[in-house]
Amino acid sequence: MTEQKWTTVVKANNGLIDMDLKGLKNCKDLIFLFVRRTFVAKYKQTVLGPAWAVIQPFFTTVVYSVFFGNIAGLGASGVPNFIFYLSGTIVWTLFANCLTETSHTFTGNSAILGKVYFPRLVMPISTAISQFIGFFIQFAFMLCFMVYYLVTDAGLKPNILILMFPVVLIQLAVLGMGFGMIISSLTTKYRDLTMVVGFGVSLWSYCSPVAYDMFSRSQLAPGSIFYNIYMLNPVTPAINLFRYGFLGCGEVDWLFYGISWITTVIVAVIGALMFSKSEKTFMDTV
Amino acid sequence: MDELAIRVEHVSKEYRLGAIGGATLKGEIQAKMAKLRHKENPNLKIGEKEHGKNERFLALNDLSFDIKKGETVGIIGRNGAGKSTILKLICRVTAPTKGNIYLNGRITSMLEVGTGFHPELTGRENVYLNGAILGMNKAEIDRKFDEIVEFSEVGQFIDTPVKRYSSGMKVKLAFAVASHLDSEIMIMDEVLAVGDVAFQNKCIDRMKKVAEEEGRTILYVSHNMATVKSLCNRCIVLSHGQVAFEGETEEAIAVYMQDENLDNTTFFDTSSVKRHPKCSQKHLLQNLHMFESESCILEYGDKFPFRITWKSENADKLLMKMVINGIDATPVGVIFGGELKAEKGINSAEFNFNTSYLVPGKYTVDVILYDEDKAGNMMFHDRTTALRFTVEHGEKSLKLKHWFKNWGNAVLPCIEQIIGDDKNV
Repeated sequence: MTEQKWTTVVKANNGLIDMDLKGLKNCKDLIFLFVRRTFVAKYKQTVLGPAWAVIQPFFTTVVYSVFFGNIAGLGASGVPNFIFYLSGTIVWTLFANCLTETSHTFTGNSAILGKVYFPRLVMPISTAISQFIGFFIQFAFMLCFMVYYLVTDAGLKPNILILMFPVVLIQLAVLGMGFGMIISSLTTKYRDLTMVVGFGVSLWSYCSPVAYDMFSRSQLAPGSIFYNIYMLNPVTPAINLFRYGFLGCGEVDWLFYGISWITTVIVAVIGALMFSKSEKTFMDTV
Repeated sequence: MDELAIRVEHVSKEYRLGAIGGATLKGEIQAKMAKLRHKENPNLKIGEKEHGKNERFLALNDLSFDIKKGETVGIIGRNGAGKSTILKLICRVTAPTKGNIYLNGRITSMLEVGTGFHPELTGRENVYLNGAILGMNKAEIDRKFDEIVEFSEVGQFIDTPVKRYSSGMKVKLAFAVASHLDSEIMIMDEVLAVGDVAFQNKCIDRMKKVAEEEGRTILYVSHNMATVKSLCNRCIVLSHGQVAFEGETEEAIAVYMQDENLDNTTFFDTSSVKRHPKCSQKHLLQNLHMFESESCILEYGDKFPFRITWKSENADKLLMKMVINGIDATPVGVIFGGELKAEKGINSAEFNFNTSYLVPGKYTVDVILYDEDKAGNMMFHDRTTALRFTVEHGEKSLKLKHWFKNWGNAVLPCIEQIIGDDKNV
């Protein structure tokens, strides 16, 4: 008589922490293929293809530069409006896309998720990674303008903190993914939140230094109460650090950048826990 | 003790009826607030104490069974018996409410073919994507790629986007991917329903080969008894979320059919049954009535009269024939009726059915209304399953007492012995 072995046990009630991290490690190929699928499918049968990734932030930047920068005078002190807004826009877009796209994980992929099992975290992770493809196209676009402004000596002062940019990008992607996973878990039951995501993200962008230069505003002077509250927005210190590294404008407040990272980690952990909690039975409620 | 592949242990799955989850955020907050203030939940119906005691539905009710390694097991049962639910639980798509499921080995789920196929990607890209979703890594797919493409028969279109494929081609490609996985357990939910007959047979052969030669375990859910019969060596019949029967495929199918024929009626209303689009429906069968029988359970050798009623668009003549099907939907034979005259509107005709040509068992009868022109071309007006009956052993069925299933279901007329002078002719 041989001892009966079991490789997998499907249990009814799972504890709080029950993530299939072991299975996730074997899913590198799957993540890669999902990323590829998202990218290929997005630009198939478009004439301009990946150029669309650039067109959108370009026009946003133009509008911001003209209306917020020149007409309203909220623009950047020291650097050209265009590069100031472009850098903010593409970093914000990365965050916002990570958030909105992962928030559709359960509702948008119920056809696949309802038919076959693979570690569910593959889905938000690959979604977040695929946002980087678009981002790097935009990033290259921004670098071209940077070279142009450096050559024409328009006041850009790139410095050593430029090397922090991968950290900033990863942080924003993880933060967006964390919020996205929380929303995704909740939308399996409460569809209300899908309504909130769209305008919530655009409202959030106005609470972050995307369309204006926070350091040219006297109300947001460092040390003031309003400043302290404003900087608790985890996206703000990250955008500031990114801009400071590449353009040399604004300031970096390391205290708040640290708080921003702590927030990011907390959000990501809560997101992952909520996600793995609801992935077990979401098919019954979605 | 044989090694087990799957053990299902006291598994229950509960669903809430009605609006699933029921909830908007607002509703749930209102309920919570009301509870805090010891008031009644404003969203409840008057008189109801708590949401849902009577709104719960057990799709699976304390279900337990074991499946040994290398077995090919069919799961059959009526719609709503819990077949798909148990497959979903085994595939880990959703979790049970109570109980545990133990699995030994990697699982491939084919609850649907072509899960994750993306229409914009080419066949090749989709093979990789689908394979990865089902649990293969890239190296494995590389190794099996040629085999998959060859099996799928879509080789020349492999670099064409899948959206240009016919549905049959998609199914073929998807099945090819799924059936070439290196998993120990395969879960299939009626995936063979699509695809042409040749490919269906190819699939069944492939599954048999996989089960026999590679010792894999297969769990198969289908309403197609013919494929269940040819593929499975054991069957589990589910009824209301519980195991109604477990054992030999033949017996299991019989149990299942019994379950289905519970309603012992002599009047079969076919007026609202959906017809195949090929039927012209110029003459449409309304009902069939065994007007002298008390039940549709008959003794062998009984004759019973029945009346068919049909609606005609125009005054016409037409022909009627009946195809008798056995328990597993395999045809037993055909009976022709004479020419019928039809007036515009409702018509009826009476016939006498002789059961002494059928061995005891359960049968369904398809009634076909058609017509033939002088060249012998058929025009179908209507075809529908209009009659179910059971033939039981009786006084006249002595010769059939020791009937074997390989005798077939039809009793042909006695053969005439040639006597006397005719012998030399």
